[in-house]
Amino acid sequence: MYKGGKIIAALIIFVAFLTFPFFYNMGKANAGPENLAANLKQAAEPQCVESADYMRTNHMQLLNDWRQAYVRDGQTEYTNSQGKTFEVNLDTCTKCHSTGSSSNAAGLSNPVANNVGVSNSAVDTSDQFCVSCHDYASVKPTCWDCPFEPEGATK
Amino acid sequence: MSINRRQFLRRAGVVTALGLGGSFAFTGLRGTVAEAASDAGYKTSDKSLTAKHWAMVVDMSKFKSEDDIKRVTESCVNIHNIPDFGNPKDEIMWIWQDDYEHTFSGGDNEYLTESFKELPFMVLCNHCENPPCVKACPTGATFKRSDGIVDMDYHRCIGCRFCMGACPFGARSFNYRDPRPFIKKTNPNFPTRTPGVVEKCTFCVERLAKGEIPACVEASKGGLIFGDLDDPNSEVRKIVSTKFTIRRKTDLGTQPSVYYLIDRVGGGEHA
Repeated sequence: MYKGGKIIAALIIFVAFLTFPFFYNMGKANAGPENLAANLKQAAEPQCVESADYMRTNHMQLLNDWRQAYVRDGQTEYTNSQGKTFEVNLDTCTKCHSTGSSSNAAGLSNPVANNVGVSNSAVDTSDQFCVSCHDYASVKPTCWDCPFEPEGATK
Repeated sequence: MSINRRQFLRRAGVVTALGLGGSFAFTGLRGTVAEAASDAGYKTSDKSLTAKHWAMVVDMSKFKSEDDIKRVTESCVNIHNIPDFGNPKDEIMWIWQDDYEHTFSGGDNEYLTESFKELPFMVLCNHCENPPCVKACPTGATFKRSDGIVDMDYHRCIGCRFCMGACPFGARSFNYRDPRPFIKKTNPNFPTRTPGVVEKCTFCVERLAKGEIPACVEASKGGLIFGDLDDPNSEVRKIVSTKFTIRRKTDLGTQPSVYYLIDRVGGGEHA
């Protein structure tokens, strides 16, 4: 090969450069989403809007459908596949799932929690539920651009 | 390693059958997943207030003092997280006070009674029957609901502001800046807007869904009357059909749903 040595050396450098991020981050990978159940302090009735399996794969679609139903069709109640009815509102989610977009002061300043009153302890005080997956998948939810986080505070 | 035509056709047939069978298996599985959610459904709340054509009457005799107006506008600002940027260029307005010349800019009656011309008029989105803003919107972000309310879907607004140009009443405001830091008193149960979207009065659709009348109507102590114009027994319909009311810029044909009751303003026999 004409100038084979240089070409092969350059190829090795090129491949090393391309794969650098993989080697650099080797062994430092984020731990996957940890046991989500631990981040979810269940309400007295541990019933999500749909089954956990369904929510895990379809929550983004469901949220879009809820948005469509509420904003455009004025339909504010959702009856799930078991025939149970929920209010179409992000608050319905955050009653059990915290958002983790900012530190949650033990849920005390949480207006959702305050509305619940006595069953306050049923509200998740962890701030990990949404972020634990979303950080790992590097997907930034835009949910809190408009609706307030459950903390109800401005930045 | 050569195959004859018969063998080739046989093998091709087997591969085709496998392919089709596999795709059936997958679509079959997907079908069952979709079924799980197919029983689910959306509906309007039983508590919600419904109408065929929501309309509002502004009783001009009830807006005398500064306080009457402030009470109404602030009730809206407080629950809808309306920011105050402190300058008129960026101002966000849902319901506000304006003078006669701007409200009824036809200028027909030059020598109209001065007492009428000096009245403070409450102005808001007219929720027109033929809303020009809806026609102008390229994304369908603003739309007319079946109950006559012209609503906004901020998720779809791209900030082109065609609707602001189309609206003859100036009822739409644009978020040139991030409104969150400028909200004096936040209501965590109502969303804020992002920079680059248009907003306006929505006749409190979120309150109607819960069975409550609009906040301004509640705060006006009878100055604003809200109801179903299609219902012959509703208060708004009775007022509109028996008393003298005017609407803004009717010559444009947008058919506003906000009526100004001026029956009792001049005479004072009822007031």
